[in-house]
Amino acid sequence: MITLLYFARLREALGTGREELVLPSSVATLGALRQHLAQRGEAWAQEMAVERNLRAAVNQDIARPDTAVKDGDEIAFFPPVTGG
Amino acid sequence: MNVRVQEQDFDISAELAAMRSDNPKIGAIASFVGVVRDINEGDSVATMTLEHYPGMTEKAIGEIIDQACGRWEVLDALVIHRVGTLKPTDQIVLVIVASTHRGDAFAACEFIMDYLKTQAPFWKKEETPQGARWVDARVADDQAAERWRSRGKS
Repeated sequence: MITLLYFARLREALGTGREELVLPSSVATLGALRQHLAQRGEAWAQEMAVERNLRAAVNQDIARPDTAVKDGDEIAFFPPVTGG
Repeated sequence: MNVRVQEQDFDISAELAAMRSDNPKIGAIASFVGVVRDINEGDSVATMTLEHYPGMTEKAIGEIIDQACGRWEVLDALVIHRVGTLKPTDQIVLVIVASTHRGDAFAACEFIMDYLKTQAPFWKKEETPQGARWVDARVADDQAAERWRSRGKS
């Protein structure tokens, strides 16, 4: 299982902030995970589309599409940050 | 070095006094306070709600402070960032940096703030007369953080 977290505008658009997911055997990278999630339907396809400016973290470190993902990871997707 | 993410307000005077009394080597303390404005992108802002990523946010700010310590002489540093619902004139963020001399304190304080704006996971949602909206990341903030890459130790 992996833990998926969604924040801010993305959390509202997807209607969830947190879920547990069995990592599909075909998914080994963050980019592949994003493609997998984009196949879930309307809102997911729209929000997870490659052209959307999303950031992601694996185990609380900023990650890139080629970052490896594995069972037990905490993976977060979120819009560009706007603090301060 | 200290990072706090909290809903409650902070008292800059108390924080400065605490840092100063901790270390007699301190000769300069620079501080920055971010405040909620009443107008953003031309619309009036009634309230603003700040969301963060518990755990990662504290870690990311800690790493920014570590980078500042690697570039300048930093004797102590504190970042307090508020979350939850805030209104115009409220304090949002406090950065305090102590050093032996002012140059390092000023530079490290500005560096921490510029990087915090682009690297630390916080998101603002504003309530305006036109409804609630998530604030978009600003290109100007990315540029402010970027200029530290081409700038040497000042």
